[in-house]
Amino acid sequence: MPTDRRTPRRAATSGPATAARGAGKPSAALSGEQRLDLYYWMRLTRTLEERLVALYRQTKVVGGLFRSLGQEADAVGSAYALERRDVLSPLIRNLGSMLVKGATPVEILKQYMAKGDSPTRGRELNIHFGDTERGFIGQISPLGDMVPVMAGVTLSFKMRGEDRVGLVYVGDGATSTGPFHEGINFAAVQRCPLVVVVENNGYAYSTPTSKQTAATRFVDKAIGYGIPGERTDGNDVLAVYDVTRRAVDRARRGEGVSLVELMTYRRKGHAEHDNQSYVPDGEIEQWERENDPITRYIARLRDEFDVTEDEISAIDDRVRREVDEATDVAERSGPPAALDGLVGIYADPPSEKPLWYREGQDAAVAAHERAEGWGTFNASKASS
Amino acid sequence: MAEITYLEAIREALFEEMDRDANVFCLGEDIGGYGGAFKVTEGLLDRFGESRVIDTPISETGIVGAAAGAAHMGMRPVVEMQFIDFIASAYDMLTNYVATARYRAFLPCPMVVRGPSGGYVRGGPFHSQNPEAGFIHTPGLKVVYPSTAEDAKGLMKAAIRDDDCVLFFEHKYLYRRIKAEMPAGDHVVPIGKARVAREGRDLSIITYAATVWKALEAAETLAKEDGLSVEVIDLRSLAPLDDEAIQTTVRKTNRALVVHEDTRTGGIAGEITARINETSFAWLDAPVLRVTAHDVPLPYAPQLEDFVLPQTTDIVRAARTVAAY
Repeated sequence: MPTDRRTPRRAATSGPATAARGAGKPSAALSGEQRLDLYYWMRLTRTLEERLVALYRQTKVVGGLFRSLGQEADAVGSAYALERRDVLSPLIRNLGSMLVKGATPVEILKQYMAKGDSPTRGRELNIHFGDTERGFIGQISPLGDMVPVMAGVTLSFKMRGEDRVGLVYVGDGATSTGPFHEGINFAAVQRCPLVVVVENNGYAYSTPTSKQTAATRFVDKAIGYGIPGERTDGNDVLAVYDVTRRAVDRARRGEGVSLVELMTYRRKGHAEHDNQSYVPDGEIEQWERENDPITRYIARLRDEFDVTEDEISAIDDRVRREVDEATDVAERSGPPAALDGLVGIYADPPSEKPLWYREGQDAAVAAHERAEGWGTFNASKASS
Repeated sequence: MAEITYLEAIREALFEEMDRDANVFCLGEDIGGYGGAFKVTEGLLDRFGESRVIDTPISETGIVGAAAGAAHMGMRPVVEMQFIDFIASAYDMLTNYVATARYRAFLPCPMVVRGPSGGYVRGGPFHSQNPEAGFIHTPGLKVVYPSTAEDAKGLMKAAIRDDDCVLFFEHKYLYRRIKAEMPAGDHVVPIGKARVAREGRDLSIITYAATVWKALEAAETLAKEDGLSVEVIDLRSLAPLDDEAIQTTVRKTNRALVVHEDTRTGGIAGEITARINETSFAWLDAPVLRVTAHDVPLPYAPQLEDFVLPQTTDIVRAARTVAAY
């Protein structure tokens, strides 16, 4: 068994010497309503994923299912640090970030169920979709690729003098890719208003971080790019908000790229099919018991901010109702029309033509017109 | 109006498009103060400034990805690959990200990736390549490869104005060898339309880029020595291919030879041959033959490069075979 057991010790905020550390706690300025907002998004993320599990088991989810169980605080807290006009690029475990940015449960459910009126009209899977209006850019599966793309998105903000910031998520695994390096370096040189968030959840599919890098802390990579970095406890939603908000504020002030490392833990497998045989015995259970981001936040809300059990359960009820309603709506939608699969590869031409053997018999004959007097068969004469 | 070179025609298109549209900007390695390895972008920095003529780190994936991100937000980036050989480093970003953006996410990606391509210049394995076939195979990308100075300018302007990603191959052998007077006014050559470079009756040579000129030389020889009337089609755009032009010429001459400088296996000549077979088999009086580079990495020594690449004499010989069939 692997020896590098990951313990749910709560990581303290720290960073390399260049970090703009301790620039206040932006979370202190959050209103009571905003603090409950954070809880709502985390709960919605978890409940929606639990619903997806049920639909997956009923084979209504056509493809794989990806969970962010145990990572809800890092997704929600970081996205919450952005303004509406800002743009983020999510990863497969950033359902929470997308919800904060305005993606709806109906969209997520339709997307997973490959409905014809899903955000990608059945072209893409799971949470792979975007909306530039609401400020999230659809990711692709090759990891790290979104870092250069978000460098370009934020370069355009800088070129046009727009007061907007970008945020891109990468996992511990993606930091090993070329595009991660090329993108962060390009953005750093150009001083793009970009925040790069490394979600360190311990595993890239089955590969532990110890096989991903010889570095002990991903935040140290910031030094190599000449940018500040900060690391914090990714399962503490307010700490996540604080660290990300400081990086966002820096970017907004024109001070360029920051790296943020969020320490968290992936409690489910890479996808629903993954039995996590590579995880040391007891590790998952220990994280669930000792370091669940939602349980921790409920305790803080109760102990530090005088939130009552009734307020919490009112949010839970609201979330359950919303997910139920969204499921009903999503299930009523039909599949895409097959021919829509040929539309919109380019702006011009607007569509591909179906190949002749997918057309009717007449069309097939027409596609094979023959030279005058060829052979013994003439299509036009035969049909007249 | 004075004649300008193929290279100057590209530069002129960049100047005109950057003047016309503030969203157009250039990025690449050494393109600013230095003006690019071949000086295509010379003078752009002085005119348009550092924010629109960006010298980048050596990061083909980073540059192409950044261009895509900016394009999503309404910019029209023009990326230079210092040599088109290095586009392989951005293959993932182009094929997985850029090419799929509109289809999977309805994200517009209006951008141009341009660069010096092709051999006959003693450039060796990494400064002579013709990697177009790999990208023609990817739905979502457009590919153009002009052979004349007029088309170099007109296609560049069309590429910059296109709402999708266009890969713009510039033949470095032609950069300073080909000159022409530019048509007056806003000269735009539509993407997807081939050109009849020479009219003929007996045989069609279908080709593009530098081998257009070799095909024209061959046609001249065949006219003089064999009395053959050879039609030469310059494809200009490789994705989308001008099927109509290919059909028209094949049905007119009933004999076709497909010529390209790229290697043979998996090259675009195979695709063109298949399309002729599918649409015009009944018009053919001879099998469609190919003249291409040999399937080897391109070597440096003149004796080796000249042997590996298609030459005018090869085209003449193959054309005689097709004509005599």
